[in-house]
Amino acid sequence: MSQFSDAATTAIRMVVQADENLLEIVLLSLQVSLSAVAVAAVIGMPLGAWLTMNRFPGRRAVVAMLNSLMGMPPVVLGLAVYLLLSRAGPLGQYGLLFTPEAMVIAQTLLVLPIIAALTRQTLADLHRDYDEQFRSYRIGPLAGTFILIREGRYSLATALLAGFGRASAEVGAVMIVGGNINHVTRVMTTTIAMETSKGDFSLALGLGIVLMSIVIAINTLVLLLQSREKLA
Amino acid sequence: MDRANLELATGSNPGDHPPPGSGMDPGARMSGCSRAAAILPLELVNIGYAPTGALLLQDISLAFGGNGTSVVLGPNGAGKTLLLRICHGLLTPTAGRVRWRDPELAMHPASQGMVFQKPVVLRRSVEGNIRFALRACRIDPSLHAERLEHALEASGLAPIAGRRAMHLSGGERQRLSMARCLAVRHRVLFLDEPTAHLDPAATRRVEELISLIREDGTRVIMVTHDIGQARRLADEIVFMHRGEILESGPAADFFCRPESPQASAYLAGELLW
Repeated sequence: MSQFSDAATTAIRMVVQADENLLEIVLLSLQVSLSAVAVAAVIGMPLGAWLTMNRFPGRRAVVAMLNSLMGMPPVVLGLAVYLLLSRAGPLGQYGLLFTPEAMVIAQTLLVLPIIAALTRQTLADLHRDYDEQFRSYRIGPLAGTFILIREGRYSLATALLAGFGRASAEVGAVMIVGGNINHVTRVMTTTIAMETSKGDFSLALGLGIVLMSIVIAINTLVLLLQSREKLA
Repeated sequence: MDRANLELATGSNPGDHPPPGSGMDPGARMSGCSRAAAILPLELVNIGYAPTGALLLQDISLAFGGNGTSVVLGPNGAGKTLLLRICHGLLTPTAGRVRWRDPELAMHPASQGMVFQKPVVLRRSVEGNIRFALRACRIDPSLHAERLEHALEASGLAPIAGRRAMHLSGGERQRLSMARCLAVRHRVLFLDEPTAHLDPAATRRVEELISLIREDGTRVIMVTHDIGQARRLADEIVFMHRGEILESGPAADFFCRPESPQASAYLAGELLW
């Protein structure tokens, strides 16, 4: 108990004093996760919208696959990206393995199905409500998609936050493709895992506090957005 | 009265419609007769609809022209809503043709509008919904303020113009749907049982708006199974049963002297199936 309280005190001091080591890890974590969410949003939101507005053979299978990929185990995805980026892999020539870019790629692939599937679901619900009215106004699919995105903006923001929550809390994939190299690819989750295995709980707890704060902030934002949506 | 293959009314005026692509606002203020006449008559020629094999509409030939309100009347499952959706272009018939006098002008969003049984409102204010309709129907922006004010006042929504549309009651939402049409001033307006889920007070207000839109020169074609409403609003009746038009003609004639046994039974309040 004493060990825990000592560690907690040290952790809180590190957070309050903005410990340089801790700050570096937090900033890299945010940089990687936010970049991954941004890239996944740029690809996933149009993909979700396209799947909503278009009918083609095999569409249901694609949607089912997308929904299934939301539950993709990070370590499996990490392994796949590792094999792609390793020297013998098809993308080995770019030398991306064990870099923050590799971590962004892995997290992007992890978050992409979440954002695409939630976007599709949100827009599909709206499309069901508005389709005939839009066709009555002779609004084309592209313009209709933009209007649906505007109408569903709060739900879509929730999808982005869900993606960020998944990325920031993930450890398996970034550990495999990033390698947890100090000052290069060390992020919050990998550091927590490493420090815990070393028995040094101060930094792990400090990062845990920051991570939990981020998760709580995200969930608060989601709740606020949902209440805004109910008011809209 | 004739059975099917009947042109309900004429009165179209070939010289009144602006040339397609001329940039003229199709909803611009002009006499009611000429506004609708630019795209009417709407002719349905041997229309059939059987999307899954079962024939839901069969051999329907009909023409809507002139002014006033046509009511498509009949029991549930008669095919009234399908017919309306085919007229408006939301469904493609599996047989036959739909012909407008000026097809290009008829496809302009301001030319024809539709109000659905379940009111559709966007997640923005009452005023925002009407503005959206004006923009979507490409109404000249210089007319927006005047049209908006008129629609809000006429529909009685002016006091709640800033309220979120999602917070409106069912009756208010349907009035908002009507207000959008009032603002756009369509040439032809299709109404699919717009008062189906409303109480008598809300129904009355929507019916007042239908009358106002009609008086403003919009040709109204509506579906209902409410005989009382048809009596109050219809100039002409199209009576449908089991995917067929059994009779059509002036409302007064239909209600006084229905020709088909099914129409007589329907008006007598008997159950049809």
